[in-house]
Amino acid sequence: MEATIEVSGLRKRYGSKQALDGMTFTVRPGHVTGFVGPNGAGKSTTMRVVLGLDAPDEGHALVGGRPYASLRTPLRHVGALLDAAALQPGRTGRHHLLWLAHSQGLGARRVDEVLELTGLGPAAHRRAGGYSLGMRQRLGVAAAMLGDPPVLLLDEPFNGLDPEGIVWMRGFLRALAAEGRAVLVSSHLMSELEDTAGHLVVAGRGRVLADTSVADLIARASGGRVRLRTTAREAAMRALAEAGATVTVQDRETLTVDGLAAEQVVRLLTAREVPFAEVAAHRATLEAAYLDLTRDAVEYRGAAR
Amino acid sequence: MTATAPYRSPLGTAGRDGFARLVHAEWTKFRTAPGGPAGLVLAALLVVGLGLLSAAGSHASCSKGPVEVPCPVPPRGPGGEAVEDHFFFAHQPLRGDGSITVRVSAMSGRIRLPDAVPGVRNVATAMTPWARAGLMIKASTRQGASYAAVMVTAEHGVRMQHDFTEDVAGLPGKVTPSTPRWLRLTRTGDTVTGEESADGVRWTKVAAVRLPGLPAQARVGLFAASPGDVRVTGNAVGGSTVTSRFSEVTAVMDRLDVRGAGTGGAFALDDIGVSYELDGSPHHPGGFRESGGTYTITGVGDIAPLTVGSTVENTLAGAMFALVAVIVVGVLSVTAEYRRGLVRTTLLASPRRGRVLVAKAVVVLAATFAGSLAATAVTLPLAKRVLAGNGVHLLPVSALTELRVVAGVAGVLAVSAVLALAFGALLRRGAAAVIAAVAAVLVPYVLATTSVLPEPVADWLLRVTPAAGFAVQQSIPEYPQVVGHHAPAGGFYPLPPWAGFAVLCGYAALVLALAVRRLNREDA
Repeated sequence: MEATIEVSGLRKRYGSKQALDGMTFTVRPGHVTGFVGPNGAGKSTTMRVVLGLDAPDEGHALVGGRPYASLRTPLRHVGALLDAAALQPGRTGRHHLLWLAHSQGLGARRVDEVLELTGLGPAAHRRAGGYSLGMRQRLGVAAAMLGDPPVLLLDEPFNGLDPEGIVWMRGFLRALAAEGRAVLVSSHLMSELEDTAGHLVVAGRGRVLADTSVADLIARASGGRVRLRTTAREAAMRALAEAGATVTVQDRETLTVDGLAAEQVVRLLTAREVPFAEVAAHRATLEAAYLDLTRDAVEYRGAAR
Repeated sequence: MTATAPYRSPLGTAGRDGFARLVHAEWTKFRTAPGGPAGLVLAALLVVGLGLLSAAGSHASCSKGPVEVPCPVPPRGPGGEAVEDHFFFAHQPLRGDGSITVRVSAMSGRIRLPDAVPGVRNVATAMTPWARAGLMIKASTRQGASYAAVMVTAEHGVRMQHDFTEDVAGLPGKVTPSTPRWLRLTRTGDTVTGEESADGVRWTKVAAVRLPGLPAQARVGLFAASPGDVRVTGNAVGGSTVTSRFSEVTAVMDRLDVRGAGTGGAFALDDIGVSYELDGSPHHPGGFRESGGTYTITGVGDIAPLTVGSTVENTLAGAMFALVAVIVVGVLSVTAEYRRGLVRTTLLASPRRGRVLVAKAVVVLAATFAGSLAATAVTLPLAKRVLAGNGVHLLPVSALTELRVVAGVAGVLAVSAVLALAFGALLRRGAAAVIAAVAAVLVPYVLATTSVLPEPVADWLLRVTPAAGFAVQQSIPEYPQVVGHHAPAGGFYPLPPWAGFAVLCGYAALVLALAVRRLNREDA
């Protein structure tokens, strides 16, 4: 079985809302794929279709080349974290994992392994109702890891984690991918995926806006823009505008110049004797690139295809 | 994009077959959530507690004038059942094989009706339908002793009956002076044959029955018996009131012919089973007169199994309350998952949705049955002992019947829990599902058995609703030839035990199928 997730032409309508509108992408093994987009972009719906919980109106989703519903011990093929709050509060964390293990023909030993793996060991015999949100997330990750699956789908795994937990989760996800697993992680906050995701699927309004590596996305979002630091902001803006550039004020001393290369900016300002401290090619943050991309989904419809 | 070798898990493959894994998982899930086991323990405690409490609070005592005495234990027939054995018997000894023949030429009777004028006895000349007279061979005059009899009845023609529970119909028709009826009873070994004839020439066999263990010397002779006049009237709240009044029958017989060793002497007379007044005189005595070869015999009472009294299933009345507890357990086993969204996790582990619901049903069925069975199996014998100590004697039934009652009540609770689970899966709301299950099982049961509904409605409810399942606990069968009021309020169900149970199972299967359909059709 291949460690992939293939999503192809998914459409789904809930009443008047088109939740999925041709969602198509493939998740490959070996790196963490971030699945990002604003709330309502169709991320959770896509994941539920992949996991056989919701039926699409059109299209199909395969895990390792097979529909989820055809898997006999699905947790050994796909691990999923959807809703960390989906627990019966009276049951202990360990017992929650135990019935899941039994459903896959696994035993208590595997349960203890994943409890160790996620650092939940000390809380294993406490009722899940008393867990903090972060502990519930860890329990959800433990459940996803029970079958030691080659494919993982995690919906907003950073929710509720403290800073230490976020660091742990990032390292954990990277390590899973490094073992050759396909890891799909959804988030509505791009910053959470910075330094974690190697690949990104950006969704908006039920379809894919961008399916790209992180490096490409940043490069594209950075465009040909130049960052300029100067104490003579007014003079610089006047000179650059006359040369046809678009200038954006970042702060008191910093401007972003669009439409001129760095060398042209240096030549122009030198000729006009406008003092400047620094001229550099602008490098967008992942966050900015993402915001750029999702600000107006329509604009990028062509680019995504 | 770097090429990485896909991950291969070192975990082995799943050993068990898929469904067994699911049942195992659902069992783990059931036993580790505190609600389910606690609900079953509560249900068991309700059965045991209410059963023993009610037994401890039940006392029976009878009075003999001003003196309180233990109540008499009813006699038991050859089959072990409690019987009424009350009739007038004019008999002779018969050693070995032999026969007795007689012509019945007239039958009449008296029935006491409600007093029209207070204090004035209102007695009508009439017979109850099962008033009877004829020939009998009986092991001894002891109440409950084995017997066989061929007889004419007021409304049911000629019958051959033996050992209290057995009844075979002969030809219909009434006895009048112009249409007399000849009867003959023949003993050959332990087989007794009954015959009838209109003219004493052409004979028709009614039945040949075996009386195992009939002693070589038995009693043979003429008998008469007349069961009470049972009337059922509607009461103000829609139920019914039953009355049973004194009745007697008088038959005139002649052409007596008794053959066999030991016969031919004078008749010994016994008013078997008659009760006595304080002054020692018999209460409603029978009688016998012989005049020139014509015999006039008068009898009161019935020869039949007792069907009215405390039954073994009465000790398990707590099951009605336990039913509510197991319904809640069944419903919550599903709706708690919906409430928390855990159902999605369940369906992730088992995408074949119908199977997971069936696995859940298997676990709830088995757990509820085991818990309830432990409770019923303890309660029935224990309550019986407590009751016996308090002078209350339950109508005896065979060990097999007791087993059926014990397992049947546990089965009703278990299948009701599955029905409740199915309602939970169908409706997905705890409160709605509990109401649906209670309305389906408990409400019709209570309405039908508490004498608030007209009997046809009560009977109908116990045929077509899941409450029909309670029929499985009926320990005393209904005999067509036994006069009595066999209504749900008295513990008599319109369907046979297993048929009623099958109705309940059918409902559980139906609702479960609907729930599976909904689960398969909708997004989770």
